[in-house]
Amino acid sequence: MDILRFITAGSVDDGKSTLIGRLLFDSKSILIDQLAAIEKQSKNKSNGEIDLALLTDGLRAEREQGITIDVAYKYFSTPKRKFIIADAPGHIQYTRNMVTGASNSELAIILVDARNGVVEQTRRHYVIASLLNIPHIVVAINKMDLVGNSQDVYNNIVIDYQEVAKSLGLKDVKYIPISALNGDNIVEKSKHFPWYDGESLLHHLENVQLDSDVNLTDARFSVQYVIRPQSEDLHDYRGYAGKVISGIYKKGDKVVVLPSGIESSVKAIEIGGNEIEEAYALQSVVLHLEDDVDVSRGDMIVQQNNQPKIAQEFEAMLCWMDNKPLKPGNKYFLQINSRLVRCVVKELEYKLDVNTLQKNESPEKAVLNDIIKVTIKTASPVAFDPYKKLRQNGGAILIDETSCVTVGACMIQ
Amino acid sequence: MSKYHLDYLGQLESEAIHIMREVAGQFERPALLFSGGKDSITLVHLALKAFRPGKFPFPLVHIDTGHNFPEALHFRDELVNTIGEKLIVRKVADTIKEKNLTEQKGKFASRNSLQTYTLLDIIEEFKFDALIGGARRDEEKARAKERIFSVRDEFGQWDPKLQRPELWNIYNGKIHKGENVRAFPISNWTELDIWNYIKRENIELPSIYFAHEREVIEYEGQLVSVSEFIIPDESDVVSTKKVRYRTVGDMTCTAAVESNASNIDDIIREIIATKTSERGETRIDDKVSEAAMEDRKKTGYF
Repeated sequence: MDILRFITAGSVDDGKSTLIGRLLFDSKSILIDQLAAIEKQSKNKSNGEIDLALLTDGLRAEREQGITIDVAYKYFSTPKRKFIIADAPGHIQYTRNMVTGASNSELAIILVDARNGVVEQTRRHYVIASLLNIPHIVVAINKMDLVGNSQDVYNNIVIDYQEVAKSLGLKDVKYIPISALNGDNIVEKSKHFPWYDGESLLHHLENVQLDSDVNLTDARFSVQYVIRPQSEDLHDYRGYAGKVISGIYKKGDKVVVLPSGIESSVKAIEIGGNEIEEAYALQSVVLHLEDDVDVSRGDMIVQQNNQPKIAQEFEAMLCWMDNKPLKPGNKYFLQINSRLVRCVVKELEYKLDVNTLQKNESPEKAVLNDIIKVTIKTASPVAFDPYKKLRQNGGAILIDETSCVTVGACMIQ
Repeated sequence: MSKYHLDYLGQLESEAIHIMREVAGQFERPALLFSGGKDSITLVHLALKAFRPGKFPFPLVHIDTGHNFPEALHFRDELVNTIGEKLIVRKVADTIKEKNLTEQKGKFASRNSLQTYTLLDIIEEFKFDALIGGARRDEEKARAKERIFSVRDEFGQWDPKLQRPELWNIYNGKIHKGENVRAFPISNWTELDIWNYIKRENIELPSIYFAHEREVIEYEGQLVSVSEFIIPDESDVVSTKKVRYRTVGDMTCTAAVESNASNIDDIIREIIATKTSERGETRIDDKVSEAAMEDRKKTGYF
């Protein structure tokens, strides 16, 4: 069994909450008391039917206004997989939420209303999925029942989307006709689409190949914390605690500490005080080096023959997430994995119109939800990989020095 | 499948360890809130994996409501003794006396909301800047929206509309003086994940998690243990039933479930078959209103 983290993008009008409710309901992840609670609330509303959307609206303001404010996380599992859903609202003012949800997702379900075809919003979701480099995309063409389950309507939408997907370089895109309201093609294949020879949505979610998404080639280890018991029996113990972001580490590997460039080799690898022979991607371990060198939090330990870039100035695509605008020359903290450095956003190269893909050159500022290309200069060198190559070591956040808030998401180029 | 494949429990474990180490790396004075329940016992186990052979970079903190299950207290002391870490206990009863707080009345009077006062006091006393807790997002709708690093203001308040975006696995722990962060390493675990992990790691639990005979009364369909805190009156029917606890909170507001599950495998089978959620089945305090948890969190509750 493994884990699939996915994001659902679309607005309430596309039936997104209904789709999530349906996945939870049909996979038997909704329990009696939760159902009773939404039944009670549904009765307070006019139409009387059980509103599966109520399952995902967690906060009082959301229930009162019938909107989704923020990313909510939902969980369900089947015998094959555990699923973590990041449920993000779809409207343009929530681009930042979709970016947040997308950052940890290996798959995106983009929901389309079959009656409307390709609309601005869906194009935007495509663009964000491409920017955040989500490996797998599912375009779920919903409300098929409202277009008479027509194969022509479905085909036309698919053709339109294939064109957009091609222009953005999206590779693994699946198209599935569904009706979330009726449960068609959600868990079981529906009889209503005899012309569709693909799989149901859940079947696809259960079987999409995830192993290839884990990078076992480029070994990256970010030091979070130095373990130094300083007790009598462990007087000289010095272990570097962190997570293997990608790749594999073995005893004896020739490594280099970045950004200092000091070379050493792996003396031992431990988990919870027990020695292991090798460590691989996603494991949290403790590394020991042969030499007594200076290593501290925020440093990166990598193989000598496979090193990331090291720079103090780089370009990045940036999603701006704060109400205070970004202007050239503004200073922030930049955090990448466990490394925190001061930085300045030197230049705003262009602003990307997420609806038309048009580039507006040299904007004076960026405001909430803008996607901009910027040049960033840091106070000390940063080790990174291009986001498109290794997103675990190419994503960084900007933190406002005075408000302490996370204000931007950088995809380093 | 490649031999370099981390299975789902391994991924959850690694994520939780990563979060704990981020807390240790980013904060001056963290603490781990320990209630004696299975989730915080799991946290302690994860902390051992994160920091051994070193000491924990934080003490365990127990907010003692005075309404504990004796088995849970006993277990707490044994565990602390075994692992040799520091435990700080503060009693809600002392806060009530000092601050002249008014306690809820009635048979199922809970100190749940009052423990927030003790929590805020202990944060001030030790100047804690981060508190690790065992909350999970699958427990409740408001928790489903909370960040893994959740910033609280000087009054411990959570503002759901002003949450920081949390991207990739980068956790922003920058705060102003007086603020603190609540960190939730097992946010992405479900009840079943916890039990599967407890089984895999062979983690010991207090005996009340397993089926045992107990004198109970029925209150709105829930079974509440007779104890020094819950004294039956004439209208109550006291009966002896075979029960276990799905959660361990206060004796006054935690209900037991009928069960024959005497080991972890049995419990996992029962949880897979159950039709009621953990909090729905066992917590009397969540039923007050639809937004009960959201409201408590906004005023400083975990």
